[in-house]
Amino acid sequence: MSESNPFVAAWLLIASGDPTLAGIVALSLRVTLSALAISLVIGLPCGAFLAMSRFPGRGLLVIGCNALMGLPPVVAGLAIYLLLSRSGPLGPLGLLFTPSAMVMAQTVLILPIVLSLSRQVVEDLWEEYEEQLRSLGCSGARAIPTLLWDGRFSLITAILAGFGRASAEVGAVLIVGGNIAGHTRTITTAIALETAKGELALALGLGIILLGLTLILNGGAYLMGQYARRSAGQPW
Amino acid sequence: MVSAAEGSSILPLTLRGVGYSVAGRVLLDAVDLEIGPEGRTLILGANGAGKSLLLRLCHGLLQPGAGSIRWSDGPTRAGDPRHAMVFQRPILLRRSARANILHALAMIGLPAAERRQRAEETLARFGLGALAERPARVLSGGEQQRLAMARAWSLKPQVLFLDEPTSALDPAGTRAVEEMIAAFAEGGTKIVMTTHDLAQARRLADEVVFLHQGRLAERTGAAEFFDMPASAPARSFLKGELPW
Repeated sequence: MSESNPFVAAWLLIASGDPTLAGIVALSLRVTLSALAISLVIGLPCGAFLAMSRFPGRGLLVIGCNALMGLPPVVAGLAIYLLLSRSGPLGPLGLLFTPSAMVMAQTVLILPIVLSLSRQVVEDLWEEYEEQLRSLGCSGARAIPTLLWDGRFSLITAILAGFGRASAEVGAVLIVGGNIAGHTRTITTAIALETAKGELALALGLGIILLGLTLILNGGAYLMGQYARRSAGQPW
Repeated sequence: MVSAAEGSSILPLTLRGVGYSVAGRVLLDAVDLEIGPEGRTLILGANGAGKSLLLRLCHGLLQPGAGSIRWSDGPTRAGDPRHAMVFQRPILLRRSARANILHALAMIGLPAAERRQRAEETLARFGLGALAERPARVLSGGEQQRLAMARAWSLKPQVLFLDEPTSALDPAGTRAVEEMIAAFAEGGTKIVMTTHDLAQARRLADEVVFLHQGRLAERTGAAEFFDMPASAPARSFLKGELPW
């Protein structure tokens, strides 16, 4: 690229619809959204369960989940790497250096976030609703869908936080994905690589796209929340 | 009387030696009481006498520390749709008025088509049709309590426990709720209610259960209670005297 200003070059690259760029963005979205979906399916009900139940060791579990919110991505990547490496317990599956391995690693990163935040949301709701719901025969597992639905606006925050962490991290997907061009190269690993190579235009273009995606998602969630609040007429 | 078609009556409710304490403080002590199907039972007493606690125990939200609480066919438990409860401050879900009723009906396992029909019936019955789509949490206090009453009504309970249902309402709201209480009673639902409002107690009570410091002080017909209560605590309560 002859353009000397990397910003201009980056915009030109985005505007040209470069297939390599598109492939990288598509893979990133696929991996992150898959990890987010898995984390929501597991994390929301488990968080709700943890919010409503009282058992020995619950406090430790809550602390553990909270602490795991700060798990360094490289450590998560290393753990999944060891698990999937040829001599590891899941080695025979042959998943190392595939998008599936990256989904696993990101799930490990965002599940604690979804779980902890949904526990907090549901715990507050349960405190308010408990008598009424038990009176209506809505307790135990039956209360979980009710509580998650009624916490839906607050839970959007948990979902955004999960997406943000997964889409922004580079360490875990780099270790378990291997940054293989056209196969496991994501926006963040590509940025790291292209910057190291001095290909600032591509790196910058990818950075702009990542920022844009994050903005669009957060903006959408904000507007959705505003709309919901307005149609409800009240802060929840 | 409840006809055979509606299932057999769970009444009387029998309390035997019921006690409840928290951290060594006795809040309710040795309460023996039988609540039959006839008339409206008002539970009166000063703040802290144990009125709300007694209702929660009867409804099964709390377990007695001592004694037993049984319906005609077994111990009481929360979530039995044959007895419902409306609280002092209505607890409504963060969804529309109609969806609040639909949710309660789903919990008793009514099929979806029947749920919709009964929810419409209920909203229409109490003039809440115009509020059906409104988020329940933005209704006025009076509307919220009427919705909570309507939700209980939709469950067609045999017994309704009311814990000071009008204490946070203005006179119009109070009147609306009292009319709904009358509708329950006409439908054959047994009313068991606590109140602070003596005028309201006179309007509604057929019999009075008077609690004093966690003990059952007396239980008498309403006319008799308000004319000449048998127990000294009840006499001073009616005169507005401090009991200590």
